[in-house]
Amino acid sequence: MTIKKGILTSLCITALIVFAGYTGIVFAHGQPHSAQDLKLFEMAYQKAVDQGYKIFHDAKLGTTGQSCDMCHPDAANTHPETYPKYQTQIKKVIGLRDMINWCILNPLKGKELAPDSEEMIALEAYITNQRKGTPLAPGKH
Amino acid sequence: MDSNKKNGMTRRELLRTGTGAAAVTLLAGISPFGLVRAAFGEEKAEPFTFAYLSDAHLYVKNINQKFVDALVKGVQNVNDMNPAPDFVFFGGDLAQLGHPDELKLGKEILSDLKPKLHIMVGEHDWYRDMGETWKTLFGPDRYSFDHKGIHFVVLNSVIVKDYWTPNKMTPEQRMLAMAQLDNPKGEAFTVGEEQRDWLQTDLKKVKSETPVVVFSHSPLYKLYRPWNFWTDDAEEVRKLLSRFKTVTVFHGHTHQVLTNRIGNITFHGFLSTSWPWPYAPKGTPELTLQMDRPDPFFSTDGCGWGIIDMLGSGQADKTYEPWNRSPMKVTYEEIASGKWPPAYPQGSSGPSY
Repeated sequence: MTIKKGILTSLCITALIVFAGYTGIVFAHGQPHSAQDLKLFEMAYQKAVDQGYKIFHDAKLGTTGQSCDMCHPDAANTHPETYPKYQTQIKKVIGLRDMINWCILNPLKGKELAPDSEEMIALEAYITNQRKGTPLAPGKH
Repeated sequence: MDSNKKNGMTRRELLRTGTGAAAVTLLAGISPFGLVRAAFGEEKAEPFTFAYLSDAHLYVKNINQKFVDALVKGVQNVNDMNPAPDFVFFGGDLAQLGHPDELKLGKEILSDLKPKLHIMVGEHDWYRDMGETWKTLFGPDRYSFDHKGIHFVVLNSVIVKDYWTPNKMTPEQRMLAMAQLDNPKGEAFTVGEEQRDWLQTDLKKVKSETPVVVFSHSPLYKLYRPWNFWTDDAEEVRKLLSRFKTVTVFHGHTHQVLTNRIGNITFHGFLSTSWPWPYAPKGTPELTLQMDRPDPFFSTDGCGWGIIDMLGSGQADKTYEPWNRSPMKVTYEEIASGKWPPAYPQGSSGPSY
């Protein structure tokens, strides 16, 4: 390899590495997120929490006129930190979203939400956010 | 020198007081429909029983059948009481959204009650039309009556500061705002100055030895502000009641078992027929023997009604009648004993909410 070729190759490799580092392909979380990135992540999360608050307080989620907050003001008594757990009445281990759907279907007599839907994620975001800081206790009855 | 002394009493003395207390407890507890004269204290009133139904939160027909069925069930339970109670008291929130159709539906269901009905307003009845329909259907929102030696007062304790006018809210918006328990912009319930003056005038003619009972939708003490388990001018109201020897407050709104005592006043919160509420994160009085967390898989768990036995002393025993669970009786003597509530079973820290 000539020196010229060598320098060119080195430059290309360096450029590739810098590019890769910039896009995070090679270095991934070796590079910290910028403050702006973190702010964007936080805003996206907060948007989900706010949407969850709205749905949680929306009587149109079901057909009986009831909304989640009527039995669970401020999401009290939802215990998101205890899921997944064995739900005695369903006779199997379920996750939080399964319990949410049970409530929508039964006391609210509404249509179940798709588990991966934006609405379900929003509800989970609001409910868990209300219990921020509570130690995880999965499996607790 | 008695070598059998225990807690400073001889064994015989302990036995005597133990037997005496047991006898009184037995007498007071014999009939849940209380026609037994309590053997302690000077009798100021004739003992009697009344029933308590509360917080039906009715929607118009075709929307929520469950709440309708629940109130109908409560009415049947009361009608099945044998002997019949002297009267039935409805503790407020008959309607959910204050709609005339909801209130008329409620009146229709309650009209099946055989005993006489006394009724009180809650915020869900009031804030759609500021009580216009209520007053047309049920009469004044505050009044008093005397029964068997006891002076009963019924208050409208859900008066809040007007925030709907400056915010140009429609009646429906106002009602929805008032209906949301965890409304972060909610204004605190009060009895209000005008009504406190009314109360003071009403109480002028009542002797201090006469037992007084106050019916109030909000608790007349300060439990948890974020959920309006709260009466902002509670201290001023209680001051007006402070000269009376025996005062009991019965309230609704909280949809749970609650017991409290402040000074000369005992407070009792009753169950809702429509749905139960969790205990607040803080502020639940220590005297409360909390009910266990309701099971949502039983649609009426945590709901029910209540029976109150007014004693000859003017104090009250209460029995919660939850659907799906055993009745829970709490006597005045237990509350006043200094040993209430009993400790939870070993290893348990009580119901988890």
